Amino acid sequence: MDTSTEHGTDRVKRGLAEMLKGGVIMDVVNADQAIIAEEAGAVAVMALERVPADIRAEGGVARMADPGLVTEIINAVSIPVMAKARIGHFVEARVLESLGVDYIDESEVLTPVDEFHVDKRSFTVPFVNGAKDLGEALRRIGEGAAMIRTKGEPGTGNVVEAVRHMRLMNSQIAWLTTLGPDQLMNAAKELRAPIELVKEIAETGMLPVVNFAAGGIATPSDAALMMQLGCDGIFVGSGVFKSGDPDVRARAIVEATTFYQDPAKIAEVSAGLGEAMVGINIDTMPAEERMQDRGD
Amino acid sequence: MRVGALALQGDFREHLAAVERLGHDGVEVRTPDELAGVDALIIPGGESTTIGRLATIYGLMDPIRDSVADGMPVFGTCAGMIFLASGTTGVDQPQLGLLDVIVERNAFGRQVESFEADVRVTGLADPMKAVFIRAPWIDKVGADVEVLATVDDPGGGGEHAVVVRQDRILAASFHPELTADDRLHAMLIDLAEER
Repeated sequence: MDTSTEHGTDRVKRGLAEMLKGGVIMDVVNADQAIIAEEAGAVAVMALERVPADIRAEGGVARMADPGLVTEIINAVSIPVMAKARIGHFVEARVLESLGVDYIDESEVLTPVDEFHVDKRSFTVPFVNGAKDLGEALRRIGEGAAMIRTKGEPGTGNVVEAVRHMRLMNSQIAWLTTLGPDQLMNAAKELRAPIELVKEIAETGMLPVVNFAAGGIATPSDAALMMQLGCDGIFVGSGVFKSGDPDVRARAIVEATTFYQDPAKIAEVSAGLGEAMVGINIDTMPAEERMQDRGD
Repeated sequence: MRVGALALQGDFREHLAAVERLGHDGVEVRTPDELAGVDALIIPGGESTTIGRLATIYGLMDPIRDSVADGMPVFGTCAGMIFLASGTTGVDQPQLGLLDVIVERNAFGRQVESFEADVRVTGLADPMKAVFIRAPWIDKVGADVEVLATVDDPGGGGEHAVVVRQDRILAASFHPELTADDRLHAMLIDLAEER
């Protein structure tokens, strides 16, 4: 082997997300849940102190998980471990990087500390960020995000917002591909996005990073719906461990994500799953409780 | 030539794009019926525990073993190499046991240790740009396995095999599908054409 080895390149950071495609990443709050997730076929786990449904119910400031807990989860499973840091909290992110987490989610589920996001290019560990539309996705990629996810309303068990974000993302990408070179600067202004990335999307017709569905996914059909809308994979937050039978539901969501084009298989895995998590109607939710509006 | 990629989970689309660049048909394989229609199979990068579990419950383990026994060429990258192997150091997980090697998962370390490097592969004129992502290496190689590339253990533990071939089975611990370098995919297609 030649002596030149490079760590933390865009290709290496984005590459791990490529390996997670077609898979399900599950929120876990302890090592036991991480093991259940791994055995159910999760491609990665997301370590956090409270799932979004509990953060929503209990209120207060939500922060990075206890480093001791993150380490316990890392030691319990062989699959990648992600963890959440607050938007803009570059010290929480450094702490998580030092623990050896494989991906950091700079997440609106936690309480933001700054109007600026973390400068993700200065890290070796890759970041995933939420995006409601193409402009937000390109701003985060411009800051160095190596993976994007929808910003569906967390902890609600209601997938409507994730669907809205994915539809908007798809239509904005399609729109860019119809523009001529003379129109792209104006499009960049409209999207509030870096011109170089706008040019790239106009040419390729796709995001340069993987885009997963996140926020409100509670059933195998929800997962398959998001895959059919073009997502590369699925994050399940409260949907698994806030349901009646987490182990069985986790397996069912994994299988529905692989066989998302096969309604008979989705029917088979969905039968007799027990109680889904209790859902929340987002239309009647007060504006200050909407997490997707945090960070832009 | 119809080249399948096991499409249970992972970066199978990138592999199929490489197949198409080489002028062949790339098809997704999720069921034994779909497997029966291909001339060669790629097992992609992904999470080997997830791929192994789904392959087990959807009845793909024995059909893949039978097809390879009948001479179907197969190429695995990263998780695909782990899935083809006969064993894994330290953990127990579903594996096909077709490639006579013992692999060590995440051998180079966690994601912050993931890297890219130029690697020389026997039979290829120029080095490959190899992308190693939480990559495995090979701890033990069986008698019929030819080592085509090695890298040094960054921890000073000597050389480890990262590309191997055994008859019509080819495996790499890195991801040629993440680059535009299709020479290992071309090697798989040559194996299928020789047949």
